[in-house]
Amino acid sequence: MSPQPHYSAPARWAHWTTAALMFAAFPLGVYMHELPLSPLKLQLISYHKWIGVGVLLLILPRLFVRLTRRAPAPLPAPAWQQKVAGLTHVLLYVLMIAVPMTGWLMSSAKGFPVVFLGVVPLPDLVGKSDALGDFFATAHVTLNYTLLALVVLHVAAAVKHHLFDRDATLSRMLPALARAR
Amino acid sequence: MKMHFPLNAALFALGLSLGATAIAAPAPASFNQVVADKGRIDFVFKQMNVPIEGHFRTFKTDLVFDPAAPEKSSVRLELDLASIDAGSSEANKEVVGKSWFNVKQNPKATFVSTAVKPLGGNRYEVAGTLTIKGKTQTVTAPVTVTQQGNTATFDGGFTLKRLEFAIGDGMWADTSVVANEVDVRFHAVAARSGAAK
Repeated sequence: MSPQPHYSAPARWAHWTTAALMFAAFPLGVYMHELPLSPLKLQLISYHKWIGVGVLLLILPRLFVRLTRRAPAPLPAPAWQQKVAGLTHVLLYVLMIAVPMTGWLMSSAKGFPVVFLGVVPLPDLVGKSDALGDFFATAHVTLNYTLLALVVLHVAAAVKHHLFDRDATLSRMLPALARAR
Repeated sequence: MKMHFPLNAALFALGLSLGATAIAAPAPASFNQVVADKGRIDFVFKQMNVPIEGHFRTFKTDLVFDPAAPEKSSVRLELDLASIDAGSSEANKEVVGKSWFNVKQNPKATFVSTAVKPLGGNRYEVAGTLTIKGKTQTVTAPVTVTQQGNTATFDGGFTLKRLEFAIGDGMWADTSVVANEVDVRFHAVAARSGAAK
């Protein structure tokens, strides 16, 4: 069997960086939310926001890479699985934008502007409003759990392809795995 | 006769001053009728370098401003610390507590002016003592006075170092999280005494 072409280096870099940022931001968000108000909580909230802005900043080069360098052709799989995979990827892209955006909107509405890395102030997207703040807080949480469900599906599918189907689905995004086999 | 001279002189002086008062009567009176609901005390502090705006809702201002003798002007402010809005309900619950304003023991902050110095034009410098949480510090603030008919507005501000008043001590003393500097801005409106509002 000829080796499958893998994702381009920029695509892989963007994928794993975003993954790492998400895996940091999600538990951080859940944890800091439960903390009583303290300097630590304020620090963690800032770090969480910075990570979210990082995801948002990566989305543009990511979309550029995705649109200019074709992703490898899908591996043989039942049509419904390819459909679900395609839909999952589209939704993941949507949430990569919507999740940080709702966080940013919530920050603006609650009167806590985002200052990226403590240096770059981002503009407030909406004026201060308790009602909007609560709305975007709910939206942020709901979208995050939707994202969590999709990431679980995405990871489960990758693991299933790698361990059970023993195909190149995962190694296309992680060529080190292909060489190791 | 010897005894009369000083009396005469005093009467003469009184007459002079009465005369002067009579001549000066049309001169505008000083501004001392503070329009309470137009006053504002706002502040901006930085938390993780993020600017957060807040203000106080309840305070009482007494001031006298005489444009003809500005150095005789004075201001006294009494501020209800529990009326703070520090930007969020979570922060509001926190800052009335012990390590911040400790409002149970120190419900009020006061500012009492000690000197007013003209800086030229409509700008003045007010010096005074600010007492918060049992700690008193001297502060000076430039104030711009805008007169319009029978009302004058006073705008100014200064930078307060919160740790000088032990505002946010203990774990909150870390200024890398909540900055030491707090920018305070004030706005007051006063009408002339006797002027119809």
